[in-house]
Amino acid sequence: MRDAFVKALFEAAEADERIWLLTGDLGFNVLEGFADRFPERYVNAGVAEQNMIGVAAGIAMAGNIPFVYSLGNFPVIRCLEQIRNDVCYHQLPVRIVALGGGLTYGSLGYTHHSVEDLAIMKAMPGMQVIAPGDPFEAKAATQVLSSASGPAYLRLGRAGERQVHETTPAFEIGKSAQIRDGDDCAVIATGAALAIAYDAVQVLVEKGVSVRLESMHTVSPIDVDAVCRAADTKAVITVEEHGPGGLASSVADVLVGSAVRFAPVHLAADPITVAGTQSSLRQRQGLTAENIVATVLDCLEHRALFRTH
Amino acid sequence: MTDRNPRDLALSIRRSVLRMTSSGQASHVGSCLSVTDILAVLYGRILKFDPTAPEWPERDRLIVSKGHAAAAVYSALADLGYFPADWLENYSAPGSPLIGHVSHTVPGVELSTGSLGHGLPVGAGLSLAAKRAGDTWSTYVVVSDGELDEGSNWEAALFAAHNGLGNLTVIVDYNKLQGFGRTQDVLNLDPLADKWAAFGWNACELDGNDVDALENALLSHDRAGDQPNIIIAHTVKGKGVSFMENKLEWHYKTPNEDQLRQALAELRGA
Repeated sequence: MRDAFVKALFEAAEADERIWLLTGDLGFNVLEGFADRFPERYVNAGVAEQNMIGVAAGIAMAGNIPFVYSLGNFPVIRCLEQIRNDVCYHQLPVRIVALGGGLTYGSLGYTHHSVEDLAIMKAMPGMQVIAPGDPFEAKAATQVLSSASGPAYLRLGRAGERQVHETTPAFEIGKSAQIRDGDDCAVIATGAALAIAYDAVQVLVEKGVSVRLESMHTVSPIDVDAVCRAADTKAVITVEEHGPGGLASSVADVLVGSAVRFAPVHLAADPITVAGTQSSLRQRQGLTAENIVATVLDCLEHRALFRTH
Repeated sequence: MTDRNPRDLALSIRRSVLRMTSSGQASHVGSCLSVTDILAVLYGRILKFDPTAPEWPERDRLIVSKGHAAAAVYSALADLGYFPADWLENYSAPGSPLIGHVSHTVPGVELSTGSLGHGLPVGAGLSLAAKRAGDTWSTYVVVSDGELDEGSNWEAALFAAHNGLGNLTVIVDYNKLQGFGRTQDVLNLDPLADKWAAFGWNACELDGNDVDALENALLSHDRAGDQPNIIIAHTVKGKGVSFMENKLEWHYKTPNEDQLRQALAELRGA
């Protein structure tokens, strides 16, 4: 996703002089191409995120579209009030881009786990919260954000994820990208967890379950229509590499009052205090295709852990 | 640019501030009176702007980061014709756009402020965008002294000097009183000018209630240069009203009718 973003941003900057790139001194061996080609629209703000977001707001106020690149929580939580007051209150087209969503930096520890970002960002007024599910979506999201209005948060995974879509999907902010249709149940995934959900769906299909898979790349504003359509199946399962309060609660907000069975698959709220790769930490937290399969089957067999009523 | 005598504008602002904080049952009158002369010189002599076209692209940008000086800012904007003066009568009233901190929905306001330490980074971003684009407008940021406790300002101080933002000017309303008392007792800022100079800024100190000193200093800055400018403006909180001057309580209190009458009389006599 990282490389898809950087490539799409470079192309957007070639076409539109309003595109800027700011970094909080991160992106070594990644951002140099942009810096060399567009030095007048590139800023390394140093390790100072509060100032960086304020600066981005000022650059946007002068008529530009700044992308602010950093890792994990640094451009989100460290500078949250700048995002709220300077960017969102003024509805400026600042794009906050965080590499390392979820447990990408697993072994670097909890300080580097980005597992509350979706919940926090979706509480910001007017913030478009986007977590692409594969490099195709990362590219498409970057293209759309290069001209869209209003603030946006773009949560990327890492470099080198596999494609889930077969080709670049039609991408519209706030509209889910359906990967597979089905009417027994609907699996709704966001971010890099889409690939895990996809693997689970393959298993379920082989078992004869008719599964719908939605890539809910936009967590806010949530695609209400897609969630309502999902509620026409027997069960809705959300999948995300994030703690409570993210995609699951956005979907649940829509489902309140619906009789559909609902089960969220997400990370625990407690900080992870042990070392581990992204893959091993996902295993420990139950963010696996096996657990998604089991959750779906439980749901369909009326053993859902959570129900909307 | 509107040429307005700063002394006349300052008197107009002070009168309005006293009436507004009294009728609006609002606080921060001392902070407004402290920064009044700074605003009067900026609007009267320095800033390029057009009240009939608040979004004029070539305008200078003023960010009042000490957002609690809202009554003073709104008073200046009304005096200059950005909106009808009778709006001021509803300051802080239910439904009024003139809320108790500087609000960008009001014509002439660039940035909503209120939480401290936000204005300077945004001002640095504006300055950088203008410099890189070759635009000639300047950015001015007015900060309070207590506000400089916030680390975001010092991040921006590094940033502005590193990026050669000579088109940026900061004015510190250094009245030396903050939430619980004197700045030197709460969290000492001194030597303040030396700190900014050490960060690479063109720093000077002056009497921030002396409109001539302010005007001369602001006119002396080299905006095409590469060094950001800062004026440490030594001011008096509550300036112009004897019983408010240097009194912490007037950060919080609302003037009652008697106090309003006495304060306005003092201004008339001044």
